[in-house]
Amino acid sequence: MTAIGLLLRRKSSVFGLVVVATMVAAALFAPWLAPLPPNEQFFEGLSLEGAPLPPNGQFWLGTDQLGRDLLSRLIYGARTSLLVGVVANGVAVLLGTLLGVIAGYARGRLGAAIMRFTDLMMAFPALLLAIALAAIFQPSLWIVAMVIAMVNWVQIARVIYTETTALAERDYIEACRALGAHWPRILLRHILPHLVPTVLVYATLGIATTVLLEATLSFLGIGVRPPEPSWGNIIYENQTYFATAPWLVFCPGAAILLLALGFNLLGDGMRDALDPTQRGRG
Amino acid sequence: MAGFLARRVGGALLILLGVTAITFALLFLVPADPARQIAGRSASAATVESIRQQLGLNLPLWEQYGRYLLRLAGGDMGRSYIQRTEVASLIWSRLPATLLLMLGAIVCELLIGLTAGVVAAVRRGRAVDNAVMVASFIGVSAPQFVVGILLLYVFAVQLGWFPIGGYGTFSHLVLPALTLGILGGGWYSRMARSSMVDVLRQDYIRTARAKGAGPGRIVMVHALRNAVLPLIAMIGLDIGLFMSGAVVVESVFGWPGIGQLTWQAIQQVDIPVIMGVTLTAAVFIVLGNLLADLMAPFVDPRIRLR
Repeated sequence: MTAIGLLLRRKSSVFGLVVVATMVAAALFAPWLAPLPPNEQFFEGLSLEGAPLPPNGQFWLGTDQLGRDLLSRLIYGARTSLLVGVVANGVAVLLGTLLGVIAGYARGRLGAAIMRFTDLMMAFPALLLAIALAAIFQPSLWIVAMVIAMVNWVQIARVIYTETTALAERDYIEACRALGAHWPRILLRHILPHLVPTVLVYATLGIATTVLLEATLSFLGIGVRPPEPSWGNIIYENQTYFATAPWLVFCPGAAILLLALGFNLLGDGMRDALDPTQRGRG
Repeated sequence: MAGFLARRVGGALLILLGVTAITFALLFLVPADPARQIAGRSASAATVESIRQQLGLNLPLWEQYGRYLLRLAGGDMGRSYIQRTEVASLIWSRLPATLLLMLGAIVCELLIGLTAGVVAAVRRGRAVDNAVMVASFIGVSAPQFVVGILLLYVFAVQLGWFPIGGYGTFSHLVLPALTLGILGGGWYSRMARSSMVDVLRQDYIRTARAKGAGPGRIVMVHALRNAVLPLIAMIGLDIGLFMSGAVVVESVFGWPGIGQLTWQAIQQVDIPVIMGVTLTAAVFIVLGNLLADLMAPFVDPRIRLR
């Protein structure tokens, strides 16, 4: 059975795929899907006392503290989350794979230096390092993405390093070398293709981590800056209302949870589907 | 044993040295001029220059790093831009609250994770197992600030069982510790499940069964120890998770630890405090890793000290 067939046999993977596909569609078609403009402050969007409105016929998920439509902000927020998630994680995966492969294949001093550097990075808590970086560089959406990438490449580098060292020991690599292949050819044609499944799995799981980290940074007020909607900063802006207007916290919260859950389930399903030792098992 | 200890401690010290190099390098990326920050906006150029001299900012880089290390060795992490107090004393006064929170989180994480994982392994493939696995995925995918606010909303605002925030009594601790423990609980339940499944497959369990031990006795007496103790010994590896989580959880619950200190520092762009907390957290992580390394062989004698 092919990997895709195996993946689709699991209900949890299918669920993950559907969630991710829905969110991607929401992000891509936001201007057509959002019922109202996300940054417009509606006069009728606040009660007479100036409090946000609960879900109703005009504002399906209610309004926020400035009288903006929450549903529209959530739909546009999917753009921010996915954009940061894909860009940040893309850079992290690229960097991690590159350094992991180099360290695993070159070994020697270069390899040792790279791996000691990953040890060092592991000694920092991801969120605090991201906070320090974000506090130093005044964050914009792209800087937030780069900060997250700088923090998240380490895990992937370690996994790829381990796999590369194991591959480099194999006889067929020795044979390639004996036949006169140079290292760029060996890396590109004979090692990287074997790493593709691992990279795919970690790229998927990594987006979940990235989405959570972006949401957390935005919640702390050093991620994506308002008025640009991000699920994290919607909660940051409205958290003082959580007791009287809980939908302002729990709707974006549910969106973050669903997206992270979707990528986690999908990545977990992919790991099992792409693992050759799991073939043919129930 | 002594050689092993020396190597591990030496390795940890090297990592710490590297950590200080990175925090030092980060301080250099700060666009704002620290001398001007300290002197204040209205200070004259001469004052700024004299402060620069005082701080040694005109010295070559390696000498500045050397001074930085010496200051750190003496427990000096610089002064807060905003509160004008020593960063080290700020962190020191906040540390007990954070350690208490972590202790509570460890208890929650182990209680939730190990119980759920062991039950799932014993009832493998049944509905309970599936439910636990789904719950563990939700646990590791849920943003901690949302979990925290949800627990606050349900148990403090609606039911009124716990205070809305603050510090002091045991009931203040419950919700923050639970919030911090849920994420780790999700990971632990998965590890405990697979560890327990492995142990239950082993020959000595079959022997116990053949000798007539009941299923309860097999799980509780024969399997549990071997499945769960190695996981508990790894608790030191979670310090990083807790340090990151503390920032979020303490800001949600108003818990007066170093996480809340960090949150305040973020709002005021108080970089010396952020750096100090980052460095402190890194020290704790290195210590936690060392602890996990040292504990593993005691729990599982098959692991030899190398």
